[in-house]
Amino acid sequence: MTYLRIERLNKQYGETVVVDGLSIDVGRGEFVSLLGPSGCGKTTTLQMIAGFVEPTSGDISLEGRSLVGTPPAKRGLGIVFQSYALFAHMTVAENVEFGMQMRRVDRAARKRRCAAALELVQLGRHASKYPRELSGGQRQRVALARALVIEPPLLLLDEPLSNLDAKLRHDMQAELRTIQRKVGTTTIMVTHDQAEALAISDRVALLNQGTVVRFDTPTGVYDDPGSLFAADFIGRANVLRGHVTYDGMDRVFRVGPASLPLDAPHACGEHAFSLRPERIELVASGTGHVDGHISACAFHGNCWSVNVSTDIGELQVQLANGGGYVAKVGDAVGLDWSGTALRPLAPHTSGGTR
Amino acid sequence: MSASRPLPRPLRTAAARRGRPTGPFLVAPVTLLFALLLVLPMALVGMLSLQGFDASSGGVLDAYSWHNYAQIVADPYYHEIFLRTFGLAISVTLGTIVVGVPEAWFIFRMSARWRAFFLILTLGPLFISAVVRTLGWSILLDGQGVVAQMLVRLHLVDTPPQMLFSFPAVVVVLVHALVPLMVLSVWTSLQSIDPQIANAAVSLGAGPFTVWRRIVLPQTAPGILSGSLMVFALSASAFATPALIGGRRLKVVATAAYDEFLHSMNWPMGAAIAVCLLVLNLGIVALYGRVIERRLKRRLGEATS
Repeated sequence: MTYLRIERLNKQYGETVVVDGLSIDVGRGEFVSLLGPSGCGKTTTLQMIAGFVEPTSGDISLEGRSLVGTPPAKRGLGIVFQSYALFAHMTVAENVEFGMQMRRVDRAARKRRCAAALELVQLGRHASKYPRELSGGQRQRVALARALVIEPPLLLLDEPLSNLDAKLRHDMQAELRTIQRKVGTTTIMVTHDQAEALAISDRVALLNQGTVVRFDTPTGVYDDPGSLFAADFIGRANVLRGHVTYDGMDRVFRVGPASLPLDAPHACGEHAFSLRPERIELVASGTGHVDGHISACAFHGNCWSVNVSTDIGELQVQLANGGGYVAKVGDAVGLDWSGTALRPLAPHTSGGTR
Repeated sequence: MSASRPLPRPLRTAAARRGRPTGPFLVAPVTLLFALLLVLPMALVGMLSLQGFDASSGGVLDAYSWHNYAQIVADPYYHEIFLRTFGLAISVTLGTIVVGVPEAWFIFRMSARWRAFFLILTLGPLFISAVVRTLGWSILLDGQGVVAQMLVRLHLVDTPPQMLFSFPAVVVVLVHALVPLMVLSVWTSLQSIDPQIANAAVSLGAGPFTVWRRIVLPQTAPGILSGSLMVFALSASAFATPALIGGRRLKVVATAAYDEFLHSMNWPMGAAIAVCLLVLNLGIVALYGRVIERRLKRRLGEATS
């Protein structure tokens, strides 16, 4: 069931098209990320949902009612800003109560809901502090409590974790998701961090040049990117170009001198496929799909990143750190993968960068 | 990259070896300038204020005493002048707050093009000589002036009112002259506010006036404070405007000191009045700053200092 519907949304500034016919449907209680490189229109889209920017054309509707034309103050959406935008001259509790004051909630209910919201984000003890007395992570939680306490129909998060350091960001991702599950508010998050989007979203809308390139679950988007842009932007990928042939028995993908078997049916002709580095296994030379020798090897703690020179080009391989010997530069190895590891990329994007 | 790094270092060490002047030496010229142009004359005025005056001969006596100060403290004539001066300074400060603080916000919210235009317009009074500006106002406010004529035409009054030579007129003209300082000082505060903060308040349901009053205004407090200090000090010591708009009967401290110097020729008394004004002004400004700054500091942090 569609809760938030964005239909053919357009935004132009003069000649510049920022958002170009963007459409997504979001179900009630869903956590959706708008993911994309800078300048892809994700923030502008969020601003249009919030009401700070008016769309040039198209519609945004919540439960069937259009939001376009409603001033932002009347939309009642909860927004967490990238800078948190806390009111520096008010205490944490005053910040959280502000939205309820605007709604003329009576004092007793205000205090109760404020305390509950601060408890939700584990800041109950800091109610009387000023924002500048809090750490970055705590400010982030205040911003979240302030947005959620008004019980908004929609929660908008604008790069909410980008100002936190790596470790804290990781912890906050999990907590953000837990809190969102608990309150059940439909959430739209803008981010440029693909790992963050994959980790906490129900669905990821991948944006490029103002349009949705891909809108699917995190596993769907990652495992089956579908386009060169998606394969390249989300995670790392080896892109193979070649010729698909079918002799009635076996479907084969020819790349240079190599013939790679394909499991799934696929049209014949010139095509590109993506192959994720962690789907490749190192095997003894001569026993895999292709042979090669290791040209670079880097250790990342939890995994190894290995580059292998083969007849079909340089392939990136990622191996989990199992504690044993992996390989060293110059070793002759074979590369093997399951037939489903090769994922087709849409032909119209094959003229990309790689 | 690394090859070019060591290059500046030999230069620096060579300069150090040659004995480049350090701290006290570097500030010596400006210290000397200040001593010569500010401290020395002030000290001389201080000395002068302690000397006596012989009214019959019109000469300054060489006897030093606190006599002039005792006279200022005792005489109700001076009390009135000092009270009027600080009343004026407070009124002007309040006036610039009432006019300047919203004005700064309005201009701040304008699009870039209009913003530049209106900012220049606001700063206008600073570009015009105080005397010219004041004379302009006296033409406007005169009994035969444009404003008086207009009021008669509109049948709001029967006889053209004389608005010159009144306390409110001095306040209005000084507010006009000093409001740019308030706008500029609030402006710097506005620039340091996170632009998303107004959007945050709007998203929580606040209307434009609430956003300004509850969110923007409290955060511009440091700017209002520093603007008030400047306006207060400048209007307490203002001379041209009270002299030209206030006239001879509406005396303030600056014009009283002027009269002592140039009409009574009682230089020591004029000096004593000037010193009193300076001390009171500094005292009030320091106290005001201290009290309000301390209250702001906890909320807004070190940004206020």
